Amino acid sequence: MSAQGILASYEYLDSTVDAIENLKKAGFKNIKAYAPYPEHHIEHALGYDQSPVRVFTLVGAMTGCAAGFAFTSWTSVDWPLVVGGKPIISIPAFIPIVFEMTVLFGALSTVIGLFILSRLPNIKPAVVYDPEFTAGRYGVYIEADAGRLEEARKIMNAEEPIELREGAADA
Amino acid sequence: MAVGSTERGALTHPDVKRLDDVNRDVLKIMATPGKGWWALFGVCAAGVGMFLGAWFWQIYAGIGVSGLMSPVGWGVYITTFVFWVGIAHSGTLISAILFLFRAPWRQSIYRAAEAMTVFAVMTAGIFPLIHVGRVWHAYWLIPYPNSRFLWPNFKSPLVWDVFAVTTYFTVSAVFFYLGTIPDVAAARDRATGLRRKFYSVISLGWQGTDQQWHHFSKAYIFLAALATPLVLSVHSVVSWDFAMSIVPGWHATIFAPYFVAGAIFSGVAMVITLTVPLRKVFGLEAYLTVKHFDAMAKLCLFTSMIVFYAYLSEFFLAWYSGEEIERTAFWNRLFGTYWWATWTMLVCNGFVPIMLWFKRIRHSIPALFVISIFVNIGMWFERYVIVVTSLHHEYEPFAWGIYRPSVTEMAIMAGSFFWFGFWFLLFTRLLPPVAIQELKEVLPPPMRKKQSASEAH
Repeated sequence: MSAQGILASYEYLDSTVDAIENLKKAGFKNIKAYAPYPEHHIEHALGYDQSPVRVFTLVGAMTGCAAGFAFTSWTSVDWPLVVGGKPIISIPAFIPIVFEMTVLFGALSTVIGLFILSRLPNIKPAVVYDPEFTAGRYGVYIEADAGRLEEARKIMNAEEPIELREGAADA
Repeated sequence: MAVGSTERGALTHPDVKRLDDVNRDVLKIMATPGKGWWALFGVCAAGVGMFLGAWFWQIYAGIGVSGLMSPVGWGVYITTFVFWVGIAHSGTLISAILFLFRAPWRQSIYRAAEAMTVFAVMTAGIFPLIHVGRVWHAYWLIPYPNSRFLWPNFKSPLVWDVFAVTTYFTVSAVFFYLGTIPDVAAARDRATGLRRKFYSVISLGWQGTDQQWHHFSKAYIFLAALATPLVLSVHSVVSWDFAMSIVPGWHATIFAPYFVAGAIFSGVAMVITLTVPLRKVFGLEAYLTVKHFDAMAKLCLFTSMIVFYAYLSEFFLAWYSGEEIERTAFWNRLFGTYWWATWTMLVCNGFVPIMLWFKRIRHSIPALFVISIFVNIGMWFERYVIVVTSLHHEYEPFAWGIYRPSVTEMAIMAGSFFWFGFWFLLFTRLLPPVAIQELKEVLPPPMRKKQSASEAH
């Protein structure tokens, strides 16, 4: 099963969005789009919903918060010393540390979540890629069996791409 | 929303016509260093030599080479530490807080501001290590049980500070790195040879696919939402290093907001100080317009008013409290041994920024540059006033004393500016100093059909 792919580079945003929508209408799945910046019209055309990154942020932040409380309280009980007349476990004085741990864990797990979800780092060299995608072009990539590829090519060509490249998907 | 709407930021950068113009203009900065860059870099490298040399001399000879002596145990090092942490703050303000508020003028300055944050926290983080003298014991700052199974005292503001500053450095470095990934990928796609390899590694194979952008923009929002309270907490915690003790002049509830406002004030001034030459040298006039500087100047003016109000309320409350010691402390600030430091602070932070009320001054880039230098100086002296004048004149007359910064201390303090400049100059050569992808977000997208596309949605 070697699926073949076509990559179209577009100069205009509306052509890109139209190409994606027409491909979807024709029943193609796994459409991949490229853009030089986060473009919500493309996301909208592809039908994106909420990103699960937020789950990573929440779980990370809550873990950090709990760890901060546990750490400061446990170490205070581990060798109880009265400092400044405060109770051994004096929560107000621990809040700054709990807060910093919440933010630290939340931020780091957000990044880990992003890397997992967007498959980064991705060191495999791309088979088909247009270096202009990071400059000013938009792109649409579709993968299909040899039979349906022609149909996809026709749809993509209708939107006047700058270039069409063919190539197998990720090697 | 219509695809065809060209309102979004079309007026922000009227001279930027096409999306790939941004790549052309920003990436050319990194291409070939001019003579001016090398000259500045040489000066900074020499300054870093002075910085390290002076520090090594202090390590070799002992902390006695500094002017620190009872009763003034905190001097230029802590002053400079607080100064650099403060500088860092406006970078996060611009990159995170203004991002959440969707301020339309932040895109072109935010990368430089964020780099400034990372390098400023890095610089600040060195100062406690210099200050403690025996730097080889610096690992004592890390919370671990010592040989008697004692943990650090988590009720102490100094331990909070360790957590706050290390968290701030980690999160701002991660935030900065994440933002550069798509731009480094843009640099990779134009580069050749060794640079291409370098950018391929640090861009992690970014291609700008829909999936990557989708998660990236969401992760960025969450990081901004976490960085926003973080930046407010960090300088509050730094202020509690002072405010939690009962030294007259330190023990005030106003300290946290006062420090945060001061931090943003000094940081915005530093952003102006850095972006004015950046714009001039690299020809970024189309990206950093007068409108951007006007917005920064207004932020500067606003925070200057908060800071000046805080000064006045400190003096007023010292008088109004009727507390003899507190009154003496503040009288001593204005007319005592260190009167010149206090008056420098008041003039630079309170009076000089009054000029920013005038539109002509806000629209004059040389004037803004000069004012920003005044603010930088004034904010350094603010911390000097807080640290030194409070300590040298506490409760007991027999414990009063005079602190004179030594040559070593001044060399390390001055050297830290070169150290910061060294990293900032390297940054302008190695990473895109203007956020390429964020600028494209505010440019009107290229459309084939000028009007009709809006029907698609």
